[in-house]
Amino acid sequence: PCACLADALILPFLLVFHLSRKVTSIVPESCLLILLGLGLGGIVLAVAKKAEYQLEPNMFFLFLLPPIVLDSGYFMPSRLFFDNIGAILTYAVVGTLWNSFTTGSALWGLHRAGLMDPGVEAGLMDFLLFGSLISAVDPVAVLAVFEEVHVNETLFIIVFGESLLNDAVTVVLYKVFNSFVELGPAQIHATDYMKGVASFFLVSLGGTAVGLLFAFLLALITRFTKRVRIIEPLFVFLLAYVAYLAAEMVSLSSILAVTFCGICCKKYVEANISQKSRTTVKYTMKTLASSSETIIFMFLGISAVDTSKWAWDTALVLGTLFFILLFRAVGVVLQTCVLNRFRLIPLDRIDQVVMSYGGLRGAVAFALVILLDREKVKAKDYFVATTIVVVFFTVIVQGLTIKPLVTWLKVKRSDHHKPTLNEELHEHAFDHILAAVEDIVGHHGYHYWRDKWEQFDKKYLSQLLMRKSAYRLRDEIWDVYYKLNIRDAISFVDQGGHVLSAAKLALPSMPSRTSMSESSVTNLLRESGSGACLDLQVIDTVRSRRDKEDAAMHHVLRGSLYKPRRHKPRRRYKASYSRHFISPDKQERQDKEIFRQNMKRRLETFKSTKHNVCSSKSKARLKEKGRKKASAPQTPARDAPNGKTHRNVPWQEAAPVLVMVSSEEEESDSSETEREDDEGIVFIARATNEVLQGKTTPGSLDVCPSPCIIPPSPTLAEKELPWKGDQADLAVYISSETTKIVPVDMQKAWNQSISSLESIASPPGIEGGPQHRRFACPVLEEQPQSVSQAMPEQSSCFQFPSHISKSSRSQSDSSPDGAEQQELQPLMATEEQGRILPATESRWLMFNRASHL
Amino acid sequence: MGSRASTLLRDEEIEEIKKETGFSHSQITRLYSRFTSLDKGENGTLSREDFQRIPELAINPLGDRIINAFFPEGEDQVNFRGFMRTLAHFRPIEDNEKSKDQNGPEPLNSRSNKLHFAFRLYDLDKDGRISRDELLQVLRMMVGVNISDEQLGSIADRTIQEADQDGDSAISFAEFVKVLEKVDVEQKMSIRFLH
Repeated sequence: PCACLADALILPFLLVFHLSRKVTSIVPESCLLILLGLGLGGIVLAVAKKAEYQLEPNMFFLFLLPPIVLDSGYFMPSRLFFDNIGAILTYAVVGTLWNSFTTGSALWGLHRAGLMDPGVEAGLMDFLLFGSLISAVDPVAVLAVFEEVHVNETLFIIVFGESLLNDAVTVVLYKVFNSFVELGPAQIHATDYMKGVASFFLVSLGGTAVGLLFAFLLALITRFTKRVRIIEPLFVFLLAYVAYLAAEMVSLSSILAVTFCGICCKKYVEANISQKSRTTVKYTMKTLASSSETIIFMFLGISAVDTSKWAWDTALVLGTLFFILLFRAVGVVLQTCVLNRFRLIPLDRIDQVVMSYGGLRGAVAFALVILLDREKVKAKDYFVATTIVVVFFTVIVQGLTIKPLVTWLKVKRSDHHKPTLNEELHEHAFDHILAAVEDIVGHHGYHYWRDKWEQFDKKYLSQLLMRKSAYRLRDEIWDVYYKLNIRDAISFVDQGGHVLSAAKLALPSMPSRTSMSESSVTNLLRESGSGACLDLQVIDTVRSRRDKEDAAMHHVLRGSLYKPRRHKPRRRYKASYSRHFISPDKQERQDKEIFRQNMKRRLETFKSTKHNVCSSKSKARLKEKGRKKASAPQTPARDAPNGKTHRNVPWQEAAPVLVMVSSEEEESDSSETEREDDEGIVFIARATNEVLQGKTTPGSLDVCPSPCIIPPSPTLAEKELPWKGDQADLAVYISSETTKIVPVDMQKAWNQSISSLESIASPPGIEGGPQHRRFACPVLEEQPQSVSQAMPEQSSCFQFPSHISKSSRSQSDSSPDGAEQQELQPLMATEEQGRILPATESRWLMFNRASHL
Repeated sequence: MGSRASTLLRDEEIEEIKKETGFSHSQITRLYSRFTSLDKGENGTLSREDFQRIPELAINPLGDRIINAFFPEGEDQVNFRGFMRTLAHFRPIEDNEKSKDQNGPEPLNSRSNKLHFAFRLYDLDKDGRISRDELLQVLRMMVGVNISDEQLGSIADRTIQEADQDGDSAISFAEFVKVLEKVDVEQKMSIRFLH
């Protein structure tokens, strides 16, 4: 609850901070937050007469620290990190050990020299314990300050990497000395020291191992989340946190665990999860981390006000401040001296100064000192006060001065720029060159191992941990190219779509860019069309903007074009997670299938009219065979889309119509996909004489289809299944649009569906030339014409001709307005067809019945 | 180019190499032993086959290009001097070298020479420009088979367009240098030679 309160208090201030750039450009945010916390704590203290809030170590370690560490691990530039891993490890391990022991011993010496207040009851072990917690560079503080300073990447990664990796050392030293203090100096044996050393390796390597294990798990899990995109980000956070807790539980280094989990999983996770999840992960992580950071610094300020925990000793405070600065500097110089012998690019003096000065202490030290047991560590109050002063000094004084110092020393700054394709490409080439040169020289250095690792990663890890699709598309050069193109496209679009002239886009240094950028955008659109690896959202933006100038009609079309795709999965999604969940990758196939099904359904509609259509060509024959034909081909056709279950049912037995409907109903419950398949059948089954007659009347009255065409007396099936009517609409709706989305692509599917339908629909006996011609009719889109031509015959052939002719005429009526309009108004067409379907199909049943009876 | 193919390294030769390449004495002797171990023909020169015997080079996408870079134009043997001269491109720039850049010939490991080495790997026909075809060839070597030719083509187009300043649809050395001006070439084109 106090965190919430603090958040509520902090937010407006944060806003002020961010708004007042002038302030934050000089003063780091962490300083402002601490000062703000001090102020707030002072107010609370003045009002409540006692300090209400504290930075609880438990809250800190369990909730506030993990997001920051995860964020820094996950967004760690891994190449840079591993390029400098030697230096980072040295500073983290040797440096921290050095700092703890020297600071502790020096303070003990000070104590022995009698310079401290006699109230400070502490022995060597107590001072070493204090040294261990005060000497560790704090990742939160370093991050907060260095992110605003913008020193060059190498320097930053060394200081920051050190602050992250020294956790293992700090934890071990803290625990070891804590137990030593509890035991008392007399009880400590040589084996205890050995145990301490052993536990260091256990804690650090164990923590790393836990992190790697969870990174592996996380990567593996995200490989299979294609169908549950929505929870992908959750997995990232959950598993990283579980890694933290698991390491904490078995008292391994939890910071190391999360850091390595973040570093190692990133490559695979990013490749596996969708673009939207990537964005979610990024922003959620950043938000969580910065809120934690804010809370931590605020509470540091607030906690400092609580004087009941303070016990001031000037010698201790000043001595500590002096020693940590001194030994940090000495340690850095000594280590750099050794390291430079092995480094390709040596760290120069300026770097060393910044590294020494950048050793900020922070909340970890504070939380650790609060955790001390007052019973065992008698001088706890002194240590708390000293820690607070040290933290405040490093964060505020050093944080304030480091920026001017960096400017004054002319430290190489980092220039953040987006990678260009050339840089990416040539740097890749450089890597290969260096690996080759190392091979030639025969000295297996860093590049050799990196090369080995990359091959191993490519051969095994990536294949295991990455989605096939992601793995296939994965190439860094391609990635950069792709990102650049997206960026171009966005800027292109932002500048006003095609109105933009080349000149606007052209970068000053690239005269020939104009034509190319145009083509790169078209490339992008084309590639996105293939659905290779693109985010739908991006394409949407691009398209919609581009189409801005298009007619409103076009917008209608576009809107309706996209609907079925988005609409359908969502419906499935709601219905069930696991069942018949169609993955986006199969979208294309799915489209084809839907298309084919719809075509079948359409053809059935046409088939019912085909007798009329084709009778214009062979009137006499049709009259003779009319009845026979009508009955014979229909049954198989009806069964076909229905699936295998009903295929074997002979049409004669299909007479009890209602029985069939109910059985289909059960089936359709199990899967919505099937339900859609079944629609054709359902309509056949529900037809009755009364309905048909009832329908004909309004149908003949209304030229333009309107809701009143819906049968006034619902069929039995409709009574039972009120949604059936809607379903019909939907089905046809989709079909008509699908044709419009993919007219070219689907040409093949068209033919296939037709041929497949032919084979299904025409029983061997009746198959003949005329029939083939009939099937060709819909392909040629002659429907309206041919229907209207066929009208006279129809009435003579069938029992309910007027309805058919009317409804088909309604179509032919709309078509003269222009084929274009029909094309562009899927909604209208849909309605029409939706209305027609029940009518026409119901007629089939009539045939069935008639022939059966 | 040292014309004599001696199997023994003489002191004056070491001195010359030292002067030319900047390698230390111990580095030169170390590299010489590597040289002789690569030299299966034991004639004091390396042939392409000698290089190709290095197993890791066979799986390096640019392996053959790099091997070729060791051989002077039109020759298929390289002696120790030539070998060292090529390797000197990858020597890191040391602090004390930065100051004496002004006088004397440009050291082999200067930024410009490092870049030129990389440039020559692309520029097959040695006309001083990387054409689209040359770029495509290198791209094809470096990216996986999963990227289609069309995609590669667009990458190549884009790369050239990004670097091209004079509109000749090719990358000249000046353009190459310009486009990499923000890259820390000194570091990224250096390896650590054992002392």
